Amino acid sequence: MSASLRERPTLMAALLILGLLATLALVLPLLAPNDPTATSLRLRLRPPAWMERGLPAYWLGTDHLGRDVLSRMLNGARISVVVGLSVVVLAGSFGTLIGLIAGFIGGRTDAVLMRLVDMNIAFPGLLLALLILAVVGPGLIPVILVLSVNGWMIFARTVRGLVLTQRALPYVEAAILTGCRRRTVIAEHILPNLAAPLLTLGVLEFARVVLAEAALSFLGLGVQPPLVSWGLDVAAGRNYLSNAWWLVVVPGAAIALTVLGLNLLAGRLRIALDPREREKRFAARARA
Amino acid sequence: MTPLLERLWFGAITVLGVTIIVFVLSRLVGDPAALMLAPDATAEDRAMLRAALGLDRTIFEQFLLFLRDLARFDLGTSLWQKRPAAEIVLERLPWTLALAALAMLVAALFGTTLGVLAALRPGSLLDTGATLAALAGLSAPQFWLGLLLVYLFAVELNWLPSSGAEQASSIILPALTLALPAAGRIAMMVRSGMVEELNAPYVLTARAKGTSGPRIVLVHALRNAAGPAISITGWEAIRALAGYTVVVETVFAWPGLGSLAIAAIQNQDLVLLQGIVFTTALMVVALNIVTDSLQRMVDPRIGA
Amino acid sequence: MMLYDVRDLSVHFATQRGLVRAVRGIDFAIAPGEVHALVGESGSGKSAAALAMAGLMRLPGRVASGRFTWEGRDVTGPAGPQLVAGRDIGMVFQDPMVALNPLMTVGGQIGEPLRRHHGMSRRAAAARTAELLALVGIPRPADRLADYPHQFSGGMRQRVLIAMALAGSPKLLVADEPTTALDVTVQAQIMALLRELRARLGLAVLLITHDLGLVAALADRVTVLYGGRVAETAEAQALYEAPRHPYTAGLLRATPRLDDAMDTLWSIEGSPPDMRDDPPGCAFAPRCPHADAQCLVERPLLDRAACHHPLVPA
Repeated sequence: MSASLRERPTLMAALLILGLLATLALVLPLLAPNDPTATSLRLRLRPPAWMERGLPAYWLGTDHLGRDVLSRMLNGARISVVVGLSVVVLAGSFGTLIGLIAGFIGGRTDAVLMRLVDMNIAFPGLLLALLILAVVGPGLIPVILVLSVNGWMIFARTVRGLVLTQRALPYVEAAILTGCRRRTVIAEHILPNLAAPLLTLGVLEFARVVLAEAALSFLGLGVQPPLVSWGLDVAAGRNYLSNAWWLVVVPGAAIALTVLGLNLLAGRLRIALDPREREKRFAARARA
Repeated sequence: MTPLLERLWFGAITVLGVTIIVFVLSRLVGDPAALMLAPDATAEDRAMLRAALGLDRTIFEQFLLFLRDLARFDLGTSLWQKRPAAEIVLERLPWTLALAALAMLVAALFGTTLGVLAALRPGSLLDTGATLAALAGLSAPQFWLGLLLVYLFAVELNWLPSSGAEQASSIILPALTLALPAAGRIAMMVRSGMVEELNAPYVLTARAKGTSGPRIVLVHALRNAAGPAISITGWEAIRALAGYTVVVETVFAWPGLGSLAIAAIQNQDLVLLQGIVFTTALMVVALNIVTDSLQRMVDPRIGA
Repeated sequence: MMLYDVRDLSVHFATQRGLVRAVRGIDFAIAPGEVHALVGESGSGKSAAALAMAGLMRLPGRVASGRFTWEGRDVTGPAGPQLVAGRDIGMVFQDPMVALNPLMTVGGQIGEPLRRHHGMSRRAAAARTAELLALVGIPRPADRLADYPHQFSGGMRQRVLIAMALAGSPKLLVADEPTTALDVTVQAQIMALLRELRARLGLAVLLITHDLGLVAALADRVTVLYGGRVAETAEAQALYEAPRHPYTAGLLRATPRLDDAMDTLWSIEGSPPDMRDDPPGCAFAPRCPHADAQCLVERPLLDRAACHHPLVPA
């Protein structure tokens, strides 16, 4: 088994990433020392354990309702992973489908689809998402849908570009010319070459979605309590910034570190899965 | 002039697309007349208002009326403030424009400088540091970055106001919050562009004729790397206007369009929110055209 | 006195797959006004040698050894020769499509060395630039100063590059495969231009090429490189009439000639050596029809040809 995996670095990387995300979503909440929703007015706004008035049982302090900050941080990972994975799967599969259609059929279909993509890309960002959320109301499912609507275009554009490049490669052209069926060409020559770039893009998009979910929840238009979300916790802690910095710093740092990790991972993947990048990397280091 | 016309045409289509989305959403919420009237209004009142708003016509006629109004920049009457939405939007617009312009200026200057310095010695300590700083800047959530700056410069050091827009210095923290992640992305783009340009054959030609190092970097390579840098800066400005300002203005209570959008949502004023989205779409299209024209100016090969 | 004399030049490249020793201790000299051709296949080290001689070698490449004497003066520095790029040596590159800065006017690009090396004013530089463009055969030169490279054809761009290399009034022009990227008819025009410039300006020319046939009409002297070492060096006429190294002979046979009755193309069997290896014998031995046991173990010394069994005995 390990030998066949080693021959397929993309598959191995994908499995590793999924394992990592499962750990974040399933294992981290189990590590939480306290119930993340248990309130205690007696233990409000306690600082981290190493500070004065800190309690050893609440290692990163408590919030304005006396809830354990560390436990909330560990539980917050779950929402980020759920939203991130859902959006990447939804937007990724829809975008990939559109990209394949545009790249293969070409002609007018391609032109219309890509114009649509351009239009969506020309008007990016939160504002349209806000408008939709204002109409359909906040919540976990609306957030996933809105971010998917916002995110499929980049997959479509990337896949279309890859298909066009692959199609132009001599061996694919030869396969088409020698009368291989279109479906065979797609399955055998094009799809395998999409895996690595799509994986890298998926990780990058995951990072973007984690940030977007946090921002929407921070604005009160995303995930709603009693669900635990890092963005929500920063918003709640904001009012106590002057006397309880940890309420903002801890959940925010969790978002930042998660996104940073994902971005670094995407960079690593690009290098690991592309031999040309590896050589470039070496040349850069040799020059230094 | 054809490329410019094409851009304008595409811009018009984009605005139309946004308008359709806004229109469909506005009809999805239910009867706008019901929202505007007191719960105890009579059926007669409602019928009169529906006629005044054109809601008794077909959906297509309603859309044409909607378009006609937008073409006159008539954004309807705010449900919350009971006055023309266009008036409210125009009051807030300069604040957002000032904030975004300052932030993008800072981001472009800072990002370009950092990117060029990093590209001079790829793999060096400076390069690694700059890349990590850029990555950290764009990985941190913007609202969190803003709150950290508030904590540092307003709460602890007490150098700058934490929110509002009463003093001239009030703009510094929100602008910085908006600028830092953008600077990170610009720096990474400029860096990779410059690394590529500095390895280009024309740079070897320039070295062979004895052109000085600074001149090769600043005159030859930087100008060739400017195209992508301009396009990413334009893209950052668009993203700032169409999204990031909402978050940053909310954090700093900056009286621009972004905080207005959140207030409109909180007051269930969909008319005002639509007006903000439509105005933003116009600005985005204008920015696209400006970015495009700048790139044409830099690169004679694209042709005006 | 030689214009430029280079002894024991070695160039190394650090790559991911190991150290590539592209140039391995070559000696080379060029007299004032001489046209000297440096000939070899791709990978023979000829371009690396040219860059190193011009003092333009940069990482990942490195001048590992070499003594450089310019007009009798030792100019050896810590990282190659210490010459003024553009003023001592002008350089012309292979692909004129990419060797010019696409975003700078042709006048601006040629003016750069004029202003730097001759301290000319902007106006003086413009006038001189027009003269240079006329010299390299560009019609209506004064009208073309404000044009960008994409407004010129490939051959015209190569002329612009030559004008640019001449702007600093160098004594030596290094031309690295100056015609490879051009159409055949344009190739002949550029070679004719180089011949004319040499006659008019008394310029020494170092011509780097893979094509022995191309330089036949122009070169005074030819040095053939193989595997980073000199295989043979001689007066052009002697070399063409009676090549001594089997590799030179192979190159000559592989050059199609119109006056030949030969109707099949001849090529040298095998492929060039891996430049990461350094076997003890003659690098050409594995491909050489005359090679014997000695060739595989003992490196031949250079005496016009570096060969144990020269085709014409020394």
